Amino acid sequence: MRGHEPRSTSSCAACKLLKRRCSPNCIFAPYFRSDEPKKFAEVHKVFGASNVSKILVEVPEEQREDTVNSLAYEAEARLRDPVYGCIGAIALLQRKMIQLQHDLALARACLARYVATPSVIVSSDDHHRVITGPFDDFPVDCGVSFDSFNQNISYELNQEAI
Amino acid sequence: MSFGRCAACRYLRRRCTQDCILSPYFPSNNPQRFASVHRIYGASNVTKLLQRLPTHLRAEAADSLYFEAQCRLEDPVYGCVGLIFLLQQQIHSAESQLFKTQAEIAVMKSQTQYPQTQPFRAISGSNNLLLQQSDNDANL
Repeated sequence: MRGHEPRSTSSCAACKLLKRRCSPNCIFAPYFRSDEPKKFAEVHKVFGASNVSKILVEVPEEQREDTVNSLAYEAEARLRDPVYGCIGAIALLQRKMIQLQHDLALARACLARYVATPSVIVSSDDHHRVITGPFDDFPVDCGVSFDSFNQNISYELNQEAI
Repeated sequence: MSFGRCAACRYLRRRCTQDCILSPYFPSNNPQRFASVHRIYGASNVTKLLQRLPTHLRAEAADSLYFEAQCRLEDPVYGCVGLIFLLQQQIHSAESQLFKTQAEIAVMKSQTQYPQTQPFRAISGSNNLLLQQSDNDANL
């Protein structure tokens, strides 16, 4: 009777794509399941199986899943945008951050003026009260409307709930 | 006229031809740039990627590949995705601060426009709080 090596019942996505036998200690198998062929295909296309294997071998085992997921994210970004890859997303986030910092500085300056200058009641009787605020002479609007205030507060509450 | 080898061909120990696709983006005076990119992506993948792009976009692509390769070498687990996570956290924090400040402005603004109402005017010998109301009832 001719002996034979037991065949692996299911190859991982990597070994399927690479058309090789998936060994029990295949480094790719825990992270590239056979039901997710696209994940490895993209990573292989951008980085190459050999480079991915070298990267995984260099990181501790408990961090390999995160490593694979970040490689998959980068690969997908690069295939979607071959020129900029993830850098496109980083540039977008940096621009958003700069805009937010600008808006926050403006809002804080506005609030500081409110705190520094209290309101003044010009005249009052039972029917008419003319009240001047601290910014009636200022052309710049602090940019707060009651509607946006409501929306922003809802957002904040939702975020806190998360 | 002979041309020196680019950093890629020098690294790969091959002849650098005049139409070498990598030489404009991996000059010989910066060998570390190609070494980083090669270590993460491999020369073959970089070449294929650049070949698929129009010439005027290849320099930007090479720069972004180098940046991502550097990020991955510095942080093998997260690469440049770590930077994305950090930026998202910072944006979330800045947005929260902005909403909080806008809320405070709205409160200050409403207090300016609608200050607390003054107490009822007092009439001698009567309960202050019932003044206006009791007068009306007496007149019915």
